[in-house]
Amino acid sequence: MDQIKLSAHSLNLSFGEKQILKNINIDFIKNQVISLIGPSGCGKSTLLRSFNRMHDLSPDAHVKGTLKLDNLDLYDKNISVTEIRKRIGMVFQKPNPLPKSIYENLSYGLNIHEFPKNEIPDLIEKALKESYLWDEVKDELKKPAVKLSGGQQQRLCIARTVVLRPEVILMDEPCSALDPISTGKIEELIMSLKKDYTIVIVTHNMQQAQRISDKVAFMYLGEVIEFDSTENVFKNPQQELTRNYVGGHFG
Amino acid sequence: MSVRRRERTDRILKIIFKATGLATIALLGAIFFMLFYNSIAFFTHISPIDFFTGSQWNPESVNGTYSIFPLLASTGLVAFGSMFIAVPLGILTAAYISEFAPRKLQIVLKPVIEMLAAIPSVAIGFLGIVLIGPAIAKLFGIQNGLNALNGSILLAVMALPTIITIAEDAINAVPQTYKEASFALGANKWATLFKVTIPAALPGLIAAVMLGLGRALGETMTVLMATGNAAALPKGFLDSIRTITATIAIEMGEVPYQTTHYFALFAIAAVLFVITLVINLLGEYFANRFRKFHA
Amino acid sequence: MKKKLTHFLNWVLLVGSTCIVCLFLGIILFDIFSKGFSSVSWNFISQPPEQGMTKGGILPALIGTLWLTLITTLFAVPFGIGCAVYLNEYAKPSLLTNIIRASIRNLAGIPSIIYGLFGLALFVQGLRMGTSVLSAGLTLGLLSLPYIITTTEEALKRIPNSMREATLALGATQFETIKDVVLPKALPGILTGIILTLSRAAGETAPILFTGVAFYINGLTSSLNQEFMALPYHLYMLSTQHQSIQQVRPLAYGTAVVLIVLVFGLNLIAFYIRFKQRTQD
Repeated sequence: MDQIKLSAHSLNLSFGEKQILKNINIDFIKNQVISLIGPSGCGKSTLLRSFNRMHDLSPDAHVKGTLKLDNLDLYDKNISVTEIRKRIGMVFQKPNPLPKSIYENLSYGLNIHEFPKNEIPDLIEKALKESYLWDEVKDELKKPAVKLSGGQQQRLCIARTVVLRPEVILMDEPCSALDPISTGKIEELIMSLKKDYTIVIVTHNMQQAQRISDKVAFMYLGEVIEFDSTENVFKNPQQELTRNYVGGHFG
Repeated sequence: MSVRRRERTDRILKIIFKATGLATIALLGAIFFMLFYNSIAFFTHISPIDFFTGSQWNPESVNGTYSIFPLLASTGLVAFGSMFIAVPLGILTAAYISEFAPRKLQIVLKPVIEMLAAIPSVAIGFLGIVLIGPAIAKLFGIQNGLNALNGSILLAVMALPTIITIAEDAINAVPQTYKEASFALGANKWATLFKVTIPAALPGLIAAVMLGLGRALGETMTVLMATGNAAALPKGFLDSIRTITATIAIEMGEVPYQTTHYFALFAIAAVLFVITLVINLLGEYFANRFRKFHA
Repeated sequence: MKKKLTHFLNWVLLVGSTCIVCLFLGIILFDIFSKGFSSVSWNFISQPPEQGMTKGGILPALIGTLWLTLITTLFAVPFGIGCAVYLNEYAKPSLLTNIIRASIRNLAGIPSIIYGLFGLALFVQGLRMGTSVLSAGLTLGLLSLPYIITTTEEALKRIPNSMREATLALGATQFETIKDVVLPKALPGILTGIILTLSRAAGETAPILFTGVAFYINGLTSSLNQEFMALPYHLYMLSTQHQSIQQVRPLAYGTAVVLIVLVFGLNLIAFYIRFKQRTQD
């Protein structure tokens, strides 16, 4: 029996008067890669960001419904949001390295979460290796992270997330700002991370969704229209809307 | 457990940061309270009617006459005189910088404006004494050049950077499409400037003038040094005058604590406060209107 | 023909205005520097005044102004940054933040002499600090506050949200995000604002008139509850109140030179920081 890692039930989300997510019900299985696809403005990024409570910062965001990590209610008043974000990591659309050195980009999270000091160098090396970045940066760990190329920066951001050993990694169009070669490297990386993490990724790129995901959710106007295995969504969609979208008729 | 500690630190600091925000309201409130509390103390001694309608400010006399009128007239005269000089100069300069000056010249002119803004008012007042004063005396054949005209010239210099900066922003913010439309109708660049750009930027330009005027009305040192400080009703620009700010500066240092004279200085300060507040609010109103219109 | 003439007149109008504005600056700087430069020497800035201020230097006024600026900084900078951080990082738009912002704008418009009165009523009399460099410094601090808040907030606004999200998504608290990412990244902008504000405060005279400045003190200011001399006030007194005004005029010019060099020096530092930051971005 597959274990449900992350779930949303009867999720409604609005910014002020405007409702962005309408009655979302979705379960993500452990150690799978799930892609969220759909036209711009369909709410896929909004859905993604509701899992690590990034909407807490928006004053007019209202979240209703139940979101769970295992059996933990993510919006429980007594739950620590910093703890949630440690367990559910996130990688953003544009690489956003901290204005610090490569090494400090990884040690930052370890330090604030008070990992034992003597373990930090090894944890960093391991995370950089897992992110296929170690060989490129091992001799210049003190270099400012902003000096890296865009693709390297994004892998650094993934390493920065991985180093905290989260359970889930959310990725918001992580390749949209990158060239094809860097994109290839990141996709390879995502595939290799799957054995340890549950990954939810928002993407605009149909081919990418087909290449990397186990399951795909197609969203339209704030609703999940179809959620099924990658094969079914692309080869044999049940809904007219999905067929039109994956067939490239709109979007 | 350490997460709880970190989150508690976060909450406590948020409260501290918020307290600094609230303190700014308290500061404005306290200034307001100080001015009006002391003004009320003053008006229990002197009737407001005498204060606003009389014609003499002479606290040192036996009966002590306290009329703000000559001070207000002086303040108004010197401030409006300065606007007479600074408004056309400022707006035309702003128009030149934003619409006509070549890129390289713009790069030179901006620091010029910033340097002008940076010169301390006391240095400008000093020049009023050593340079403008003698020049005025010579030009008009009078004994002493420390008068309203001198003050107006100096205040114009001080208000110019404010007016130019805000006016330039306003002119820059006029959409390019307006100007293109005007060019397309065959208007040349001058007609476009005076008939399209400046009218479109008008609320922003009014805001610039208001803020410059606010600066001129509230300025102390230049007028204190360069206008002669005669607390009589001025008859013209060649008369010595004494503004509200200069009166406070001269007399506050010498009055005994909590006498009528002491309270009187708070009362004239309260009047100045209200005037500058209204001028600044008007400036803000026009700036907002301009922003809404072109956003 | 008539058209050409209007063109020419229009051009004269605009260029002429700009020239006059530049001329103002030119005249001010030329007059002060040409007449004051010869008064400035090492002795002028390193010696106290002598013989009833008709000889000697301006050291106590220079030291007094440094004290004053230091107190202003220590008071207004943490306070101002705190308020800007609250407004830009923590507060959600509400009636309260609107009131705070309106207060700040109004505080910026209050004439400096009224700050002087407030400093007199609050610090000198109310809190019994007396006429002292502390009272005057705090008064100038209050005057500087709205400018520091506004410029700091501008600097914070320029930091993109993606920077904040980076650390928040790692489980940092908001304060950790502000301390470790937002403030360091905004530092050049904040510093520029602080330095420009201080350069204004250092040249202010009206707010210190009744709060502690003195025409002459024996020796240098060495404690917070002492009265002090200050450069702008020194210039004011030398040019208006001295019994032998013509005799001390060169000293007044010299003081004006030092004051302007000090203020422009601070401005130059601020421009340099701004320039460095622009070339880095």
